[in-house]
Amino acid sequence: MQRLFYDTIKGGDFRAREHNVYRLAEISNQIIDQCVAQGVPFAREYGGQLANRSFGGAQVSRTFYARGQTGQQLLLGSYQALSRQIAAGQVKMFPRTEMLDLVVVDGRACGIVTRDLVSGAIESHAADAVILATGGYSNVFYLSTNAKGCNVTATWRAHKRGAGFANPCFTQIHPTCIPVTGDHQSKLTLMSESLRNDGRVWVPLRPSDQRPPAQIPEAERDYYLERRYPSFGNLVPRDVASRAAKAVCDENRGVGPGGRGVFLDFSDAISRQGEAVVRERYGNLFDMYERITAENPYKVPMRIYPAVHYTMGGLWVDYNLMTTVPGLFVLGEANFSDHGANRLGASALMQGLADGYFIIPYAIGGYLAGSKAGTASTDKPEFGAAKAQVKERANRLLARKGKRTAMSFHRELGKLLWENCGMARTAAGLQQALSRIPELREQFWREVMVPGGPEELNQSLESAGRVGDFLEFSELLCRDALAREESCGGHFRQEYQTPDGEARRDDARFAHVAVWEHRGDGQEPLRHTEPLSFANVHLAQRSYK
Amino acid sequence: MNLVLMVWRQENARTVGHMQRIEAKDISPDMSFLEMLDVVNQRLTVAGQSPITFDHDCREGICGSCGVVINGVPHGPQPGTTTCQLHMRHFRDGQVVVIEPFRARAFPVIRDLMIDRSAFDRVIAAGGFITSPTGSAPDGNAMLVSKGAADAAMDAAACIGCGACVAACPNASAMLFVGAKVSHLGLLPQGRPERWSRVHAMVAAMDAEGFGGCTNYLECTAVCPKNVSPDFIGRLNRDLIGAVFLARPRVASTEAG
Ligand SMILES: Cc1cc2nc3c(=O)[nH]c(=O)nc-3n(C[C@H](O)[C@H](O)[C@H](O)COP(=O)(O)OP(=O)(O)OC[C@H]3O[C@@H](n4cnc5c(N)ncnc54)[C@H](O)[C@@H]3O)c2cc1C
Ligand code: FES
Repeated sequence: MQRLFYDTIKGGDFRAREHNVYRLAEISNQIIDQCVAQGVPFAREYGGQLANRSFGGAQVSRTFYARGQTGQQLLLGSYQALSRQIAAGQVKMFPRTEMLDLVVVDGRACGIVTRDLVSGAIESHAADAVILATGGYSNVFYLSTNAKGCNVTATWRAHKRGAGFANPCFTQIHPTCIPVTGDHQSKLTLMSESLRNDGRVWVPLRPSDQRPPAQIPEAERDYYLERRYPSFGNLVPRDVASRAAKAVCDENRGVGPGGRGVFLDFSDAISRQGEAVVRERYGNLFDMYERITAENPYKVPMRIYPAVHYTMGGLWVDYNLMTTVPGLFVLGEANFSDHGANRLGASALMQGLADGYFIIPYAIGGYLAGSKAGTASTDKPEFGAAKAQVKERANRLLARKGKRTAMSFHRELGKLLWENCGMARTAAGLQQALSRIPELREQFWREVMVPGGPEELNQSLESAGRVGDFLEFSELLCRDALAREESCGGHFRQEYQTPDGEARRDDARFAHVAVWEHRGDGQEPLRHTEPLSFANVHLAQRSYK
Repeated sequence: MNLVLMVWRQENARTVGHMQRIEAKDISPDMSFLEMLDVVNQRLTVAGQSPITFDHDCREGICGSCGVVINGVPHGPQPGTTTCQLHMRHFRDGQVVVIEPFRARAFPVIRDLMIDRSAFDRVIAAGGFITSPTGSAPDGNAMLVSKGAADAAMDAAACIGCGACVAACPNASAMLFVGAKVSHLGLLPQGRPERWSRVHAMVAAMDAEGFGGCTNYLECTAVCPKNVSPDFIGRLNRDLIGAVFLARPRVASTEAG
């Protein structure tokens, strides 16, 4: 537990709250017990005990797994438990419903406004407290490993209603994704990090070496992770591995079409342990790779490249997961809580399940006890006003009848951010993005083409609304990246690096959480800070050498 | 390459649908099937026509939301592959591609290729879980699970609930789906106490939703994108027989936890 605590703090580059991370480490065992009891089919040793393996950023085997589908199986476990509560009448489910606004009455969160995605009806829901678990905002980059449904709308609109947004610039780029093939690309597929346990990452030693991998002799290969980080080798944390891949591609040593890729080679593992062992461990991932690329990774090395994967930033919450708006709680990836500037492998689900199973049930009681539960009502004028705003916005989008689709704006925004606010950021690049985003947003509201009507199923309208929010949020993302004049975790500012190219933190000026306050459209947001203090761990430069 | 799409267009569950012919020009073989539809939709939108509605989310074969029938086969021609992971290199230049929604009485069409799969949710709610109130779980290693049982449970748990099995079956039977869920939970010791009541409740819910029975066509396993084995249907049938003799009425699901 101590080790998990320490690794998480260090992995997050000392930008997470120590006490939050301690609680997370403490709860971690109970999470596994809970999931086992729910029937999550975790891998077992021959003796019947739960099996473990190691995962990015950790040198010890402590990750529980269910073949290559751990996340999906944990999701199914909670879905089944939830289904039971639905049948028991404890939970009412509203499928195909999107939250479009938060309603705040007398300074407290009192409900939400939603759109029924099938009928288009805009509805109000009153509540004693509101909990958001609406995920991260990786899709602001258009291309990411996230599902297409992920977006920033719920958290962004809550932010505009008063909830502070913390550390938006802490975004994580995952090193092992399948490279982009063309402009049609709609998402990037992650090859599980576990592959780095057995695969070796390399590129040709010489720039622009076009030979097929099998013809490049051992002496002309650069296993750059093993070379630069002898003790962690291929298992360095995600941010370190991603930047290293970018660096070798920038030197023109990238592989595959377009030169944005590096090899992940299993030939050693196959000759050492046999193909059967490798197939048992990664069979489904290898099949998936072959389906997408039409290349057989048992025969030729995989090609991988980093992609946006996770967002450590999110709505600011206190120790009880409550935002700066009383009564509004945020769980999972949508909050900013435990990962600091970088998240370690397997810890997103750990945090999400900790928040949902073990923290919020206790934390919310404290709030409810101090409020007049049961008094919320949709009769309050704030509900009517919020509904009117939501409707007005939809009508404005539909009325434009311009020439460009929302998706084309989203793509353009994504490219702009990937180039200027991606793996390596500079003040000049961020300023450029900050001047371009408002132009793009204006153009969007002038020229967007959204077919169909408001009161029907309209996927174009759904997506246009989300793109509109991304176009606002992206400005905050760049602003935060510009204000944080240091490099830490997933936030790498080229101006702030050590002579050997590692991230250089500035603990004197930036050992804090940045919390942004919205002060109205067109107004500069305000940057507040929450200082971070460390009583148990010693702030050190992260080293994986 | 250039393709001719014949796409099912239907306003909503109450209207009659029809096939629309759409030319899809300059399609790259590296596109996924859904990326091809994205490109077509962008063009339709700019041309002032209504884009094709289809469900999708993860686009990596795990959420189960994207299934459509492609040239008569749920999820299309490549075995063990969801629609979102099917790539256009499996089609020929000039080919006619017929795209329809999954069809079954229990899966009404919402619009075009989008269907309402909530019948599956109700089958799960009827008993597809292990009753384990949060916070009361014993140590995960207190109950040993043999590697064989864990692996077999995992094979069943690989089901993503996409409904292709139902769409492929001449009886619109959901036996493969229910068999996978019942086996996943029943193979693990944690799931055994509720084994008989679970199978009872889930099969009753399955019948109530209007899914048909299994008459061993096994079309379901041919199209299953996760290659879920037909053995789980056999197991479901055996469990059902066991349940008839051993089941106690289910009470557990009425209490909260
Ligand atoms: C490919 C991939 C692999 C991963 N693998 C791992 C792993 O192995 N281990 C690990 O620990 N983590 C992993 N992660 C990270 C982890 O899966 C996510 O961080 C986690 O699922 C987040 O859970 P969540 O419940 O907070 O949000 P999500 O799972 O994103 O759920 C948010 C939900 O809210 C809905 N929603 C969003 N906005 C609205 C709105 N306005 N109204 C209504 N609903 C809305 C969304 O549709 C979605 O269903 C992985 C992530 C990806 C993308
Ligand atoms: S979109 Fe999730 S399985 Fe295809």
